[in-house]
Amino acid sequence: MRHLTLLRILVVVAAVLVIEGLCRIGVIGRFTMQPPSEIIRDLYRVLASGKFNAAIASTLMNSAVAFVLSVTVGISLAAAIHRRRIVREALDPLFATYYAIPVLAFYPLLIMLLGVGDAPKIMIAFMLGVIAVIVNTLNGLDRVPKVLVKTARVLQMSPVETAVRVTLPFATPYMLTGIKFAVAYSLIGIIGSEFILSSNGIGFEISFSYNNYNNSVMYPLILLVLIIAIALNILLSYWEKIILSRRGLA
Amino acid sequence: MNVAVPVQKTTDVLIRGVTKVFRRSPAEGDVHALGPIDLELRAGEFFAVVGPSGCGKSSLLEIIAGISEPTEGEVLFEGKPIRGRVPEGIGVVFQEDACFPWMDVSANIAMGLRNMPIGSAEREQRVKGALEMMGLTEFRGSYPTQLSGGMRQRVCIARTMVMAPRLILLDEPFGALDQQTRLLMGEEMLKLWRRVGTTIFLITHALDEAAMLADRIGVMSARPGRLLDIIETGWPVERTSEVVTRPEFGQITARLWKGLREESLKAIRDDRAAP
Repeated sequence: MRHLTLLRILVVVAAVLVIEGLCRIGVIGRFTMQPPSEIIRDLYRVLASGKFNAAIASTLMNSAVAFVLSVTVGISLAAAIHRRRIVREALDPLFATYYAIPVLAFYPLLIMLLGVGDAPKIMIAFMLGVIAVIVNTLNGLDRVPKVLVKTARVLQMSPVETAVRVTLPFATPYMLTGIKFAVAYSLIGIIGSEFILSSNGIGFEISFSYNNYNNSVMYPLILLVLIIAIALNILLSYWEKIILSRRGLA
Repeated sequence: MNVAVPVQKTTDVLIRGVTKVFRRSPAEGDVHALGPIDLELRAGEFFAVVGPSGCGKSSLLEIIAGISEPTEGEVLFEGKPIRGRVPEGIGVVFQEDACFPWMDVSANIAMGLRNMPIGSAEREQRVKGALEMMGLTEFRGSYPTQLSGGMRQRVCIARTMVMAPRLILLDEPFGALDQQTRLLMGEEMLKLWRRVGTTIFLITHALDEAAMLADRIGVMSARPGRLLDIIETGWPVERTSEVVTRPEFGQITARLWKGLREESLKAIRDDRAAP
């Protein structure tokens, strides 16, 4: 396992070094992209200047709100519809085809419904993330052994207590897959929305820098988004590993 | 710790005309799984039920537990009817692994006490006692996947015992274990039964297990399961697995098999004939 991790790091380092080399010898023009070492240096400058703090905070806050909404609404809805056969039969095909719908295309409608603030961006990110949470939570709940539900009844648990203490904890490894998607979709939804319907946030700043040929801001912000996404993913993977190892699944 | 909370000697179970029919589509036809069954469990006795596969043994146990409802008839526990919920005072150990995989052994056992009106000191005391009683003390921090099948079943038994139930229902609890472990687990169950003095209702496929453990054995017919015979074993309360070496043990298992052979053949024929 450690060898695999090392290999992954080596692949990334090698790719970065190749890009660095291509930039240095002029195969990739400075106008297209500065060398990765300079992007890192510029990221430090961008962060130290404090000029983009409001944009970063806005993106992170909106992503967090969308994530929390996706997870709480997704898990609650999944728990509510799990045992309702007719609702499941009606909704399962819709869930399966949901991601064929380009949610971002609904932004004009969302602006009309929710105004021009943060709400439409959060709604887009929520719409992207919530179905992944629902589908994966349902997948986990479908796998709860009947004997655990019977045991909950023997232990005098109410239906809500059974969900909170037995079925949802059992489904946690599956829910985590949905939660990982929700993290990714929250960032994608918010940053993607900022590109097209915002005047603040990291997405807007990346777009603004791109339109003004300002690579020394655009690439560091892209790197920042990458760092945030990877850090969150590592954190969730670590949590997942702990949960799976307790169950002998890691 | 004292898991061996004294049992009220008024404990009894009365099963009156219990029938279970599983409703299906008109094309498939309903399945008459069980009954009618009439049976009385005496307070503090060890009662076993044997019967061919699919005769409704587990359905009967779930009806007694209050996990499922009978189509007809009723079950009284301590004189009160059981309707749709598991009454306080009943513990159930299932054949399948019912440990919560995300909890360690101590937490699994403590789950049995979650809804009981007792203080945290008594809670800890009962869990500690159950760990000791089931030989799990050194594994209290282990997770179920780190334990053998027999040890996981002991965790489930311990979780039931901490609740100090007045009636314990065992649904083939040793079915997944090898023969030696089953004998030893049966012996442990006898010790627990003597110590706690509770009423035990055991469902089993194994005739030797029933003959070794029970005071009385109910023999069930093929589906729809009815009680064909009730055999008194006559074992002393202070018995161990060594009763299997006694001549009476052979006589009891022979009588059980005599009653069951034709029913088992009938069950196999029914299974083959099923669409």
